[in-house]
Amino acid sequence: MLKVNNLHVSVNDKPVLKGLNLEVKAGEVHAIMGPNGSGKSTLSKVIAGHPAYKVTEGTMEYDINFKMTNILEMSPDERAREGIFLAFQYPVEIPGVTNFEFLKASYNALAKQQGFPTMDDEKFATFVKKKLEIVKLNESFLHRAVNSGFSGGEKKKNEIVQMAVMSPRLCFLDETDSGLDIDALKVVADGINRLRSPNNAFVLVTHYQRLLDYVKPDIVHVLSGGRIVKSGGKELALELEKQGYEAYI
Amino acid sequence: MTHDNPALNIDQYKYGFSTDIETDSVGKGLNESVIRTISAKKEEPEWMLEYRLKAFAYWQTLQEPQWADLHFAPINYQDICYYSAPKKRPEQLKSLDELDPELLKTFERLGIPLSEQKRISGVAVDAVFDSVSIATTHKEELSKHGVIFCSISEALKTHPDLVKKYLGSVVPYKDNFFAALNAAVFTDGSFVYIPKGVRCPLDLSTYFRINAQDTGQFERTLIVADDASFVNYLEGCTAPMRDSNQLHAAVVELVTLKDAEIRYSTVQNWYTGDKNGKGGIYNFVTKRGKCIGENSKISWTQIESGSAITWKYPSCILQGNGSQGAFYSVALTHDYMQADTGTKMIHVGKNTKSTIISKGIATQHSRNNYRGLVKIMPGAENARNYSQCDSMLVGHEATANTYPYLEVKNDTAVLEHEATTSRLSEEQLFYLRSRGMTSEESISMLVNGFCKDVFKQLPLEFSVEAVKLIEMKLENSVG
Repeated sequence: MLKVNNLHVSVNDKPVLKGLNLEVKAGEVHAIMGPNGSGKSTLSKVIAGHPAYKVTEGTMEYDINFKMTNILEMSPDERAREGIFLAFQYPVEIPGVTNFEFLKASYNALAKQQGFPTMDDEKFATFVKKKLEIVKLNESFLHRAVNSGFSGGEKKKNEIVQMAVMSPRLCFLDETDSGLDIDALKVVADGINRLRSPNNAFVLVTHYQRLLDYVKPDIVHVLSGGRIVKSGGKELALELEKQGYEAYI
Repeated sequence: MTHDNPALNIDQYKYGFSTDIETDSVGKGLNESVIRTISAKKEEPEWMLEYRLKAFAYWQTLQEPQWADLHFAPINYQDICYYSAPKKRPEQLKSLDELDPELLKTFERLGIPLSEQKRISGVAVDAVFDSVSIATTHKEELSKHGVIFCSISEALKTHPDLVKKYLGSVVPYKDNFFAALNAAVFTDGSFVYIPKGVRCPLDLSTYFRINAQDTGQFERTLIVADDASFVNYLEGCTAPMRDSNQLHAAVVELVTLKDAEIRYSTVQNWYTGDKNGKGGIYNFVTKRGKCIGENSKISWTQIESGSAITWKYPSCILQGNGSQGAFYSVALTHDYMQADTGTKMIHVGKNTKSTIISKGIATQHSRNNYRGLVKIMPGAENARNYSQCDSMLVGHEATANTYPYLEVKNDTAVLEHEATTSRLSEEQLFYLRSRGMTSEESISMLVNGFCKDVFKQLPLEFSVEAVKLIEMKLENSVG
């Protein structure tokens, strides 16, 4: 579904990713772990197409209509409409725009692109209520401005709601576990598990392994110095937790 | 950010063209004889001339106000032409179709067709070109309802008593520097009178166009709504792109009698000057409404997106018991524009109520200030005010300030004030785009979210235009 080859990325002319390789197949859950500054967030942003991150070398291919397609030239919104989703580490506040309007606009933008019917307010209200249940948020959330005045946990849950509404094929979750207490972590993890299917794939970008107690990864990668330096099964995460990242730097 | 659509490039101010037309003008400079000439050209009654001369004498004793947070080179008032009119005068024409085709073409290009066949239904338009009103549409239909809608010059001839009674009653010439200047040299503008109990069957609209170079526009608008009447009034403005600054110093007076209501909306899109701040309109405007009658209402809704400098505080004097005033404003500044705008709500009567909602968007190097006064007079028992002033900054060079002033002389008053400042960032755009919305849709969503409370006050067709205008301008300044 995703094939990243020899990816080099610079931010403000400073190289951050230096030859990263990654292959993700449908149905898989990957975990990318690494110390601060290893390039984890950069990878997430560049997958979603953030304009400030410049790809200087390498390729990034993604399955569109059963064909591996170069997505480097695609805008963030084109990528989103093709089923690439990024759950933000720091979700952005949008004052004055209600969560309902926002989620509905997002749903309809994808619906148009993917050729299924758009929804009016009434239909969408029914649809989105079910999505809120996944992370146990109540309906009042729909009428609040997007992320404005939300607690850290609420913001992260809201990311999961967006993911549920958009039902993407490739989900990058950038430190979705950070800043969550144990109860919220369980709710979020449960939400992710409910959205898993043989047709989609998840990449959990995380600093700690505790999320992986609840969402079991198939493959764990260690990212260090802008490259994936080791890949393995879930036992690798536990090893990292015990030994720290030192051994890989 | 990349621009996907070159048509949205604001570098091409689409109203920036000028019309080549023969004009009758008085030449540059200001003195008594210029004022006498203007008054004579307009065949005004003697009292009008006297009023102008008094205002001029007073103006000469004044200094330009310095208190606003605006920075500009001194204006040379002797280097401005105070009267410019197309040579073929409309008074001599039997029908609008006889109007100079160049003028008809100009207004058509601005989206305001005037000729009988093409004019917009549902809206009566008074078209003001430089110093004169050149046409007013739908007059017959309005007159059936007793509504008077004509240029102020015409009203001085046909309804001198009404004009004399109300002109200067809300904004006296002693009010301020620019009001005094306007009273001395005003050339044209619209006059509206809605008789008792009449709900004006059409929206009324005045379209102001500055064309001639080095010419100031000093329009005067007076709207009187008699007992239990209602009118929706819309104002639009554009000007050609010129390197030099042009002065626009208007006065607008609104009067509502018992149970009457005036809703006054403006989309101001004067030329802003170029990328480096060269040229553009200096917009120094005094707009004020007086709710004389009990339970009468005045609302000002403005979309300020043009002018190099905006100095404008549409205000309400809430004199009648139970009267209500409102001010809804979106002010967008970009490049080197400066806006100092807001309102004054003066509560005089009992149980009076005012609402202020101001949204400032400042991008690039611009300055965008809200300045507002809420004044509760001793006799204003149970006055209520709600103010909300929000600023949105785009980029890191722009500045936005809020200056709310309160003067409360009655303890029963309840005032609420809220203010926020936020930043529209690349991160917000990226966030929305990563959820599938295009760059245009994202900006539109952000702007609509921010300005929603103001946009919904505009008449529908105006609102669509205003939203598009703001989006287009913002699209070009975000990145």
